[in-house]
Amino acid sequence: MSSSNILVEMRDVQYTYGANQKPTVHIPEFSIVRGEELFLYGPSGTGKTTLLEMLAGVLKPQQGTLKILGCEFSQMSAAARDAFRAEHMGYVFQNFNLIPYLTAQENIELPLHLSAGRRARLGSVDSEMVIRALCGTLGIGDILGKKVGELSVGQQQRVAVARALLGKPDLLLADEPTSALDTDHREKFLKLLFELSDLYGTTVVFVSHDRSIEKLFTRSISLESINKVV
Amino acid sequence: MVFLKLAIKSLKNRVFTTGLTVLSIALSVTLLLSVERAKRAAEEGFTQTISKTDLIVGARSGPLQLILYTVFNMGNATHNVSYESYEDIKKNPAIEWTIPYSLGDGHRGFRVVGTNEDFFKYYHYRGSQKIALAEGDVFKGLWDVVVGADVARKLNYKLGERIIVTHGVTKGEGVQNHDDKPFVVSGIMKPTGTPLDRGVYMSLQGMEALHIDWQSGAAPTPENAVPREQLNKDTLKVHTITAFFVGSKTRIDTLRLQREINNYKEEPLLAIIPGVTLSELWNGLSYVEGVLRMISWMVVVVGFMAMLIALTTTLNERRREMAILRSVGATSSQLVGLLVFESALLTLLGVISGAVLSLVLVAALKPWLETEFGLYLTGSGFTAREWVYMLVTLVGGTLIGLVPAMRAQRLALKDGLSVRL
Repeated sequence: MSSSNILVEMRDVQYTYGANQKPTVHIPEFSIVRGEELFLYGPSGTGKTTLLEMLAGVLKPQQGTLKILGCEFSQMSAAARDAFRAEHMGYVFQNFNLIPYLTAQENIELPLHLSAGRRARLGSVDSEMVIRALCGTLGIGDILGKKVGELSVGQQQRVAVARALLGKPDLLLADEPTSALDTDHREKFLKLLFELSDLYGTTVVFVSHDRSIEKLFTRSISLESINKVV
Repeated sequence: MVFLKLAIKSLKNRVFTTGLTVLSIALSVTLLLSVERAKRAAEEGFTQTISKTDLIVGARSGPLQLILYTVFNMGNATHNVSYESYEDIKKNPAIEWTIPYSLGDGHRGFRVVGTNEDFFKYYHYRGSQKIALAEGDVFKGLWDVVVGADVARKLNYKLGERIIVTHGVTKGEGVQNHDDKPFVVSGIMKPTGTPLDRGVYMSLQGMEALHIDWQSGAAPTPENAVPREQLNKDTLKVHTITAFFVGSKTRIDTLRLQREINNYKEEPLLAIIPGVTLSELWNGLSYVEGVLRMISWMVVVVGFMAMLIALTTTLNERRREMAILRSVGATSSQLVGLLVFESALLTLLGVISGAVLSLVLVAALKPWLETEFGLYLTGSGFTAREWVYMLVTLVGGTLIGLVPAMRAQRLALKDGLSVRL
């Protein structure tokens, strides 16, 4: 596997909350390949959220190197990491993904307003058309003008996916987004997600404690196997 | 601009708290501006109680005392001015007009003033306002009186009403009435919004006639009382007055005239320039104004506190919202910006509605304030000072917004993308 295929590269990454405690995360070596659908599982307290937030650039590794798309995160300023996240990443939460006082469409458009880089990824195409097409695929084309409060949980998750994938980001980070859905909807949701991520060439990193869906991913890894602390 | 849209939509989403916050700021601004405007009106009304009069002359005492008993109907003169001196000074070529003023009696709590028809010709207040009659005519006959607007309203006097004057008091109830010599109301004045409204005006001869049979300050015995019918306006001789107002031909004459009167050899007299004394008196009262202003600023601070509380209490509910904004690329300083912007917007709305409200209030209450309190709210729009107050409030509100904003930033950094409430 050539190095240009590597999206995320971690070496000796450590993160500790507070002082004089043992680290929450210590990953000697780990990498994520471009285009894969990675399932990271582990019980609570194994550092899932910490790892995700480091990948998102919200937390900065205190030791070691974390490279995404060749950029060294540990040497970037917080604002630079925020800008990088806006341009290259989508994020889907476990629940409460949307800003309640905006419509579905306004929620989806948010990253475009916050990041010129993300806007540039759309090319010269009218963003309205891209959103319509994307939402048509996700089956939420008819609810774009609705207030978030009027949407079902399933619809909200799909709006969140539309926001995360708009502008074909390099990396999609998902924090147990299916835990609020039943088994049937869970599989449908993931299939739809992978269809789009394959189409866009987006790498998916999905963390969960629920292993019933791992067979749908291209790779499944236990967090305990890469985190030396636990 | 995405933050404008976010802030407006977010505030609209919390329309009830937003409305209350704006209301509390608007009310404080209204109070602040109203106090300022009332103060302005009071000061103008006060210093313009008498205008176009260059000098007030009375027996030698203090300037404040002189202006208080002539213009404000407070206190009494210690001495009178002889009518000879008045006539003598009147001849001075620098003098254009005079109004003699004779005080000392009262009528049911209102003061009685003896003067002449020049009072209606030359007395001015609030710039070039003159005394006008609502009904009837000036006092032509010896037993005629003209009553001020307040007197007519409070005592419900009509033209032709017979009234009795009380001896020796300019205020309150007296003991001795001049009930042998009743007067008739010949005219009623229009309201002036000055102490003039609380006076009863008669001729100098009328005032003289009341006391013609009095000896060494004692009421006449029945045998030496002079009956009303025997008195005639043309033959009555005036002996003393209390004070007189002077209008000089030119402003330059005024100071010379003042010096001449103060050095008058025949009698110790005092001439004052009313404008100067009125300003001094007002400045002496300015602590009241300071207290009022301080109270209004305190109300503004309370308004800010209401906003601070409203913004801070909603912060907890908004932590997930902040996390979402972070996830789509907002920096933590952008979150601070968003919240400060919200406070600025709230304060701006509050200041604008407060300013509008104060204008509406002034327009609505103007007639009532004029008739009830004699407060004349002059001038439209806002003074420079009032604009500064609004600006200070705006800046203050925005700065207060930093408090919840910094807290939100701290929470956002602590929460990251994982808000577990």
